[in-house]
Parts: sequence; structure tokens; C-alpha cells
Amino acid sequence: MFKNILRHPLGAVGLIVVGLLVLAAFLAPLIAPYNPYAIDVKHVLEAPSLAHPCGTDLLGRDVLSRLIYGARVSLEVGIIAVGISIVIGVLLGALAGYFGGLIDSLISRLIDIMLCFPTIFLILAVIAYLEPSIVNIMIVIGLTSWMGVARFVRAEFLSLKEREFVLAEKALGASASRIIFLHILPNALPPILVSATLGVGSAILIESALSFLGLGVQPPTPSWGNMLTEGKETLEIAWWLSVFPGLAILITVLAFNLLGEALQDLTDPRRRPR
Amino acid sequence: MIRWLAKRLLELILTFWGITLLSFIIIHLAPGEPLSPMADFNPKFTPEMRERLRAQYGLDKPLHVQYWNWLKGLASFDLGRSFAPDRRPVWEKIKERLPVTLLINALSMLIIFVVAIPLGVLSALKEGSLFDRITTVLVFIGYAMPGFWLALLLMLLFGIKWAILPISGIHSLMGYEELSFFGKVLDWAKHLVLPVFVSAFGGLAGLSRFMRSTMIEVLRQDFITTARAKGLPERVVIYKHALRNALLPVITILGLSVPGLVGGSVIFESIFSIPGVGQLMWQAVMARDYPVIMGNLVIVSILTLLGNLLADICYALADPRIRLGKN
Repeated sequence: MFKNILRHPLGAVGLIVVGLLVLAAFLAPLIAPYNPYAIDVKHVLEAPSLAHPCGTDLLGRDVLSRLIYGARVSLEVGIIAVGISIVIGVLLGALAGYFGGLIDSLISRLIDIMLCFPTIFLILAVIAYLEPSIVNIMIVIGLTSWMGVARFVRAEFLSLKEREFVLAEKALGASASRIIFLHILPNALPPILVSATLGVGSAILIESALSFLGLGVQPPTPSWGNMLTEGKETLEIAWWLSVFPGLAILITVLAFNLLGEALQDLTDPRRRPR
Repeated sequence: MIRWLAKRLLELILTFWGITLLSFIIIHLAPGEPLSPMADFNPKFTPEMRERLRAQYGLDKPLHVQYWNWLKGLASFDLGRSFAPDRRPVWEKIKERLPVTLLINALSMLIIFVVAIPLGVLSALKEGSLFDRITTVLVFIGYAMPGFWLALLLMLLFGIKWAILPISGIHSLMGYEELSFFGKVLDWAKHLVLPVFVSAFGGLAGLSRFMRSTMIEVLRQDFITTARAKGLPERVVIYKHALRNALLPVITILGLSVPGLVGGSVIFESIFSIPGVGQLMWQAVMARDYPVIMGNLVIVSILTLLGNLLADICYALADPRIRLGKN
């Protein structure tokens, strides 16, 4: 699988960039040239130079170091939020698809209802009651983005539950949870993996938008979104504050999307490149 | 078709009921209660006052009674009053801001439609060509582009560097009243260019990609081979046989993209200082103005629901299988 991704040109780019980002996030204290919180009043709003490759911000903090630490926040939020949404999506989708009937109607209706709320509005409404913090952001994004996964897991279960290997297990008296998790779910893993990879990208986009609006990760913790808030305020005098953090978001999301597309090409026989 | 629509309508009503129930649950599952922001910052807020306010807002009644009262209010657009100092009815606040948001969303929908469909069709027809590759790259960038960053970049270029477009508000603040009718329209148009572009950008990528893959799929089907084998000119095969069939699912996608578009309003309206419902929502969340937040959430999801219904009706009219009544 790993080798195949590296042979897929776009997938290889995605995988390498994601790998570098994860590495940068882990090794942030080692590779960041400065302390991301260190205020330096003598070097306020300096344009990019050799000493500060991405310039400095309003408080003289090094932008590159803050970007590297920002990768931690973005990846954490992206991955944990997606983890939550996958768990909810798989559970509800499996229940609906396997048991059918009333359970299926209830869950399917819930999915339809959730899809009618414009996500940002729903997230904002919930955030308004909680304190905006990294943990709350993860939970709220996870709770509002499971519908896609639930839908295709349900479809997968509907089509697989009548197949011989499942019927045979049933005849042998296997419990429902054993059939669901041990026999049917493994078949649905590839599309789940694809959707998780693509999901990390969109979760990072949502997190950065929330942080940009002042309702996500709060300063002084650096996140690419809240760095852009400062960039907006200084748009006229310091272009580097609004260009670099945005570029970081774009590249990260792009990398996850490319990786997701590559995984889809490799796992879905209908999408094999010809 | 009538039966099909009736079934959809019934589903819609159920969904609508679910939206109100879920919104209501969100209000009441929240820790604390809607009155606490008023109480927490007001040292003069006595327990007696709290009780009186609780009674006034109906918070002392059992939950199902509260839900019923809230539903009744909703039916007559009574969404309560804002916590803001002006204490205005929530519906009044939303109503005066709806037209701007709807206008921008309708315009960007139009742009998405007009640009994305030809782009997707051309890509599909020239699958693998340089044009197809370039659009695919652009689509990927479009998917990954944070809308608010795009807005900042455009403001930097058009508003500050070249200074050819205004970057804030919906019309000029100075001298707007003296403008002639066309002058006013032009002034609005100038202010709308960047917000509409930002709002349309994400959807553009999604729809053109979708259009491309549906068109490719349709072109591979047997009836296209048949049409070609009959000796029909390629133009007829593509535009009459293939395109018509590929356009059908687009209608559904347009309906499904409404929530995303409307959700985007929060972001670009707060960036460009546009007085629409998105900005209202943002300000309400910042100020913890709960009645306005809930009112916004419900109204916006009802609009989404109506958008979906509209898409369904268009679909029914366009698809002969439904129009002619064969389920």
C-alpha cells in the first residue's frame, strides 16, 4: 500500500508533505529558530530577512517559529476531530445498515437533519455556549462532521449484510457485534481511510476559519487561523503576516487532499487510473 | 410527479420538525442557562430579579412546555428579543439583514453555475489534455484554499496595492445618497465584486469537478455508443444525448451546496463588513446574544431546507422519469 502511494505521483507529493508536517510538529522545539512566545520589542513587524525568514509580528515574535508551532495545533485538531467523527459515523452507519427498520429510519433522518444546518452556523451556535478552546473545537468539529462517513458505512453494510459470508456467520450463531466489527467493517475500511484523510483537510480549514474569527484557538497559542487575524489588522503595513500562515493552511490541506485522492484511486477499482 | 412531490414534502416537514427539536436541545443541553451572561456581569442582579426574568422568558416551565411555546412563537416569527442593549425582536434583526445575504448567495450561485458547468464539460471532453490538467490543478487548489485567506489576499491586491476596489461595506459611506440610481447600482456592484468572488470560489471547484466526472461517466455509457453508431454528428451526441443526462445530478448538487454557501456568509461578511445574517451571527456569538444565535440557526436552516425543496422541484421537472409519473 505504502509503496503504491509513492508510485502515484500526486499521492507521493501529498504523503511527503504530510510526513514533513508531522515531523515538524513533533520536533517543533528542536527546529523552530526562536521561542514562538518570545516578545522582542526591538524587532517589531520586520519584513522577511535571513534572521527571520517569514518576518516578525506586532510583538516582534518570529513568524516562522509560530508557523511551526501552529502546525501542532492544526494537526492535533484535524486528526482528533476526524477521529471523533469517524467513531460516530461508523457506529451510527453500522447500526443503521445492519439492523435496518426503525433504527435505520431514525438514523437516516438524523443525518438529513444534520445536513440541513449550515455547518459553520451550527458550530458557532455550540461554541457560543462553551469556551472557545482547542479541546472544545475538536469535539464540536467532530460532532458536526460525521454524516458523510455514516452515509457510506450504512450503504456498505446494506450491501454486505446479505452476502454469503455474513449469512454463514449468522447461521453459526455469531453475535451481531462480532459480525459487525469482525466481518463487515473490515470491508469498509478503505473508504473510511479515504474519508478520514480528506476529513483532516476540511477539519483544519474549519479550525483555521474559527480561529480567524476569534472563536477558535485563542492567542497567545499560535494557530494559523489566529495569526491571520493579526495579519488582517496589519494588512496595509505587513503583507507577510497574512501571506505565510495562509500558505501554510493551503499547502497542508492540499497535501491531505492529494493523499486522500491517491488512496481513493488505489483502493477503489472503479477509479484505477488507466 | 404529484405523489413524488407529496412524499418529498412529507419528508421535508419531518426534517423541519427535527431541525427545531435539535436546535431546542442545543439551547437547553448547554451548561448554564441563557440568562447567566446577563447575570454574571451585573452585580445588581439579585436572585429575585433572576426569578422574575426566568418567569418572563418562560424558563421556569417544564421543557416540553417551553418547546411548545417556542414552536408557537416560531410559527408567528416570534423568536424572542435580543439580549443586546437595544432589546429588539430577533426576527426584525434577521429580516433586515436577509436580503443582502440572499443577494450575495444568489449571485455566487449564478456564477458557480455559469462558470463551473462549461469548465467541467470541457475538461471531460478533453480528458487528459493540457486544459484538463490545468483545471484539475486549479480545482485542487480551490478545494484547499481557505476562503478567508483568499479574501485577505484579494483585499491586499485590489484594495490596497492597486486600490481599484472597495474592501469593506455594501456601499460607500460618503456621498452615497447623492448618487443617481445607476451610480448607486454601480457603487453596490463595486462593493460586491470581491465578496461574491470569494463566496463562489469554493463551490466553483467542487461543481466543476463533479460535472467533469459525471460527464465522463455518461460518455462511457452504451446509449452514447449507440448514438455514435447511428452516425449522429458528434455535436448532437455530446450536447443533446450526453450533456442533458449529465446535468440532472447537478441540480441535486446545487441544492446540497446551499448550506456550505450560506455557512460561508459568516466568514466573508465578517471580513468585508457586510451587514448580512452571517455578520449578525458572528457578532451575536461574540456577544453571547443567545436569542439571536438560536433565531439565526433556525432561520438559516429553514432557508437551506427551502433551497433543497426548490432543487427537488427542478429535478422533478427536469427528469422525465419523475415528471411523467413513473416513480
